[in-house]
Amino acid sequence: MISIGVFEKILPALLQGLGITVQLTIYSAILAFFVSFLIGFGRLSRFYPIRVVCSVFVVVFRGTSLLVQLFWLYFVLPQLGIWLPADLAGLLALGLNAGAYGSEIVRSSILAIPKGQIEAAIALNMTPGQRMRSVILPQAFRIMLPSFGNLLIELLKGTSLVSLITISDMTFQATTLRTNMNQHTPEIFGLLLILYFLVAYPLTLGVRWLERRLSTGRS
Amino acid sequence: MGWSWKFTLQILPQLLDALKITISATVVSFLIALVGGLLLAFARRSEVKLLSWVTGGFVEFVRSTPPLVQLFFIFYVAPHFGLMLSPFTAGVLGLGIHFSTYLSEVYRAGIDAVPRGQWEAAIALNFSKSQTWMRIILPQAIRPIVPVLGNYLIVMFKETPLLSAITLIELLSQAQIIGSNSFRYLEPITLVGVFFLILSYLSSLLVRRLESRLKINQKGLIN
Repeated sequence: MISIGVFEKILPALLQGLGITVQLTIYSAILAFFVSFLIGFGRLSRFYPIRVVCSVFVVVFRGTSLLVQLFWLYFVLPQLGIWLPADLAGLLALGLNAGAYGSEIVRSSILAIPKGQIEAAIALNMTPGQRMRSVILPQAFRIMLPSFGNLLIELLKGTSLVSLITISDMTFQATTLRTNMNQHTPEIFGLLLILYFLVAYPLTLGVRWLERRLSTGRS
Repeated sequence: MGWSWKFTLQILPQLLDALKITISATVVSFLIALVGGLLLAFARRSEVKLLSWVTGGFVEFVRSTPPLVQLFFIFYVAPHFGLMLSPFTAGVLGLGIHFSTYLSEVYRAGIDAVPRGQWEAAIALNFSKSQTWMRIILPQAIRPIVPVLGNYLIVMFKETPLLSAITLIELLSQAQIIGSNSFRYLEPITLVGVFFLILSYLSSLLVRRLESRLKINQKGLIN
């Protein structure tokens, strides 16, 4: 049924794809991080137009499906005269989508800081910038971390979708292997699931450890 | 290439037909997730250590791997064990199982939130185990989590485009077919996005109304 020789054929190809998967996760996570703060701050802006634009961004990216966004960037943009290479389309879709979810994390964490903290900062004659930098953000950041960790795991799982727009990530490698050695489909996809698990599970454990550490001394 | 309203009206009937498939896939997989999630929550509370341990492992594994790969696994591996599944069946099973692991956590939080006194009162009144669950615990556990379940229905709705990868002709693959036949992707794929946006927005308003009617605080149930 299962012979070791099969894995010698499958594993190298999947590991090659794993490299792309990990790279894509890291790059889109960096993009998502910046987008999260940009949009999150934008939604708390004093200026109404900025708030509206940022809210529209969040509603659009959260309200349509990630795969639809990916296809839109890959199939529709070229027809509007903007041609993106596949990997850039994948990176943008993943980063902007996760960024929209991340901006909610940023916004709610900042709003979770007790009012007294802000009042105290004003009483100490701090500028708005100082208030944000040295009082609000350090505290809000602790609240954000576990949620960002969960988002990173979602992002990693989301990268598998780019296999559908011809990027040769780990899932793409598996579907290619399947067309060449159909009789070993169970081994190919079984191993693929295990590899994803091995990458994602340490992240899950890390998030839990963070949650425990950050909640010490708080009820 | 600019937006053509004529073309939009021309393809609208086809897309609305495909939307029916998307909605039925959403409803069926949500029902599977509702039942599966409850079963997983029970199995996890089981006194049989092995059962609760295996269930815990299963939940962790499913939650840490991509739903798209799980769909491929079910759709392409089942035939190797003599089981031919239609794209729809494989799709709703895949999505249903994936989200049942999320819902099991939601149920668990709901069950844990029922005050201990309720259990004690049920014992004092000599209720059987099944009576206690069906009449006392579950009704009180599920009521507060209804809005959270509603949110997951919306999340699952937005995951259905993945089923296009296992050859189900739902909304997104219908749009792709129109695109490859007419060489116009702008209208079909944009419309798909608009459909999802409208439906998920309307549903989220409904969920919010439910929430305010049930007057609960869903802190800690969903991140």
